[in-house]
Amino acid sequence: MTTSFVKIKNAAKSFGNLQVLKDINLTVDRGQIVAIIGPSGSGKSTLLRAINELDPLTSGEVWLEGVQINRHLPPRQYEAHVNQVRQDIGMVFQHFNLFPHLTVRGNITLAPRMLKGLTEAQANALVEEQLTKVGLLEKIDEYPSRLSGGQKQRVAIARALAMKPKVMLFDEATSALDPELVEEVNMVMKQLADEHMTMIIVTHEMDFAASVCDRVLFMDQGVVVEEGPPSVIFQNPVEERTRNFLRKHLARNGG
Amino acid sequence: MDTELILRVYPFFLQAAVVTIQLSILTTILGLTCGALGAAARMSRSWVLRAIGATYVSIFRGTPALIQLFILYFGGPQIGIQLDAFEAGVIGLGVNIGAYMAETMRGAIESVDKGQREAARTMGLSRAQAMRKVILPQAMRLMIRPLGVNINALIKGTALVAAISVVELTYTAQRYIGSTYKPFEMFLLSGALYMIIIYVVGIGIAWLDRKARIT
Ligand SMILES: Nc1ncnc2c1ncn2[C@@H]1O[C@H](COP(=O)(O)OP(=O)(O)OP(=O)(O)O)[C@@H](O)[C@H]1O
Ligand SMILES: [Mg+2]
Repeated sequence: MTTSFVKIKNAAKSFGNLQVLKDINLTVDRGQIVAIIGPSGSGKSTLLRAINELDPLTSGEVWLEGVQINRHLPPRQYEAHVNQVRQDIGMVFQHFNLFPHLTVRGNITLAPRMLKGLTEAQANALVEEQLTKVGLLEKIDEYPSRLSGGQKQRVAIARALAMKPKVMLFDEATSALDPELVEEVNMVMKQLADEHMTMIIVTHEMDFAASVCDRVLFMDQGVVVEEGPPSVIFQNPVEERTRNFLRKHLARNGG
Repeated sequence: MDTELILRVYPFFLQAAVVTIQLSILTTILGLTCGALGAAARMSRSWVLRAIGATYVSIFRGTPALIQLFILYFGGPQIGIQLDAFEAGVIGLGVNIGAYMAETMRGAIESVDKGQREAARTMGLSRAQAMRKVILPQAMRLMIRPLGVNINALIKGTALVAAISVVELTYTAQRYIGSTYKPFEMFLLSGALYMIIIYVVGIGIAWLDRKARIT
């Protein structure tokens, strides 16, 4: 084993005849923050969802801290194994996916209570800790429908953090938000970066990626075209495809 | 219109309405049970259970309820099933409406946003835990109204058991027509009583639906 924390080896994935990921390799060290950028349909979400077995790979391996996540096991053992490893992988979705029938407190404590057997007191302490972190303690007893998009996403982040994950996956966490609500979510993510949370971030926000990430991967048509530090990828990319993508992106988003 | 006749016979119709209400309640309970089992079977991971569920639904939705009742009540004794008319009515109607309720429940469960299941599963919840804590509580709210439609159909459907001589509203009307030759009054009276039952049940369903929505 290497010292890498998250390791993806020769990952390939097809949906029917459509090959979405082609021989992808990626390693992320503990505390590292990696951004994945690329055009729509390039396979960014699929790669992220392969890490926690939401979209299992067709072939290849996914490892987290020396444990293979996508092990081939008999169905029952596989279920138990996947349920176990997923506890260590937080995921944040574009559309938040908060549970509308539960309050903010209920959203955050559901999994820790069910899976870690916390007492009520422990659960309350946990909720307060996580909500303080994302600056939403006053919303503890609200239902998600009463929150703004930015607040929803911050609660979703708190919910993922409440499981004390080893790594956080973000799939376009701010893409569904009104522009003026993006910053509050970015702030929370920056704060996690300062705390050395290991993160893999799929994003369309190049400025944000440039400011918090250690490394940037540019994906196109199921392959990693180029990867490197943000300074290289954003200012001085080697590959023509990367330059094209960034130029188009810049033109569309005006910087 | 012979109002005097109506005033004379209505207490008997009220008694019959009680039978219709009993039939409706028992049928609803049995229907919800069969519906839950049927929906669970149809969404099971085992193909055997899925096949059983699908067969149940297609048989009972694909044939007239009256034929199902006749097979059970008249045909039952031939294969060793002895039921009185009321029992046959409850079982026949309950299993029948259960097939519709199974589809209602499955539809509600499947219409919960799939992101909900994904969010629950990514935190490590098992399929069953995600279903119980995340999907079902939301699906229950979604199924109140459509189940109300099934129950409305079921109440009107209880009229079928007149054909196997259960003394409920429709049968009672027919019986009094035999002696009074006043079908207009008799059917009007039983129709009015059905309407009251359905109206009250409708209010109950709407209340449940409103209550479930408050969050
Ligand atoms: N469940 C699925 N079944 C079939 N095809 C799928 C499925 N999920 C994704 N795809 C296809 O796989 C390809 C990659 O999709 P993916 O969502 O990973 O792209 P993406 O890079 O995240 O794009 P975007 O920036 O639009 O989110 C697309 O062509 C998509 O249509
Ligand atoms: Mg995507």
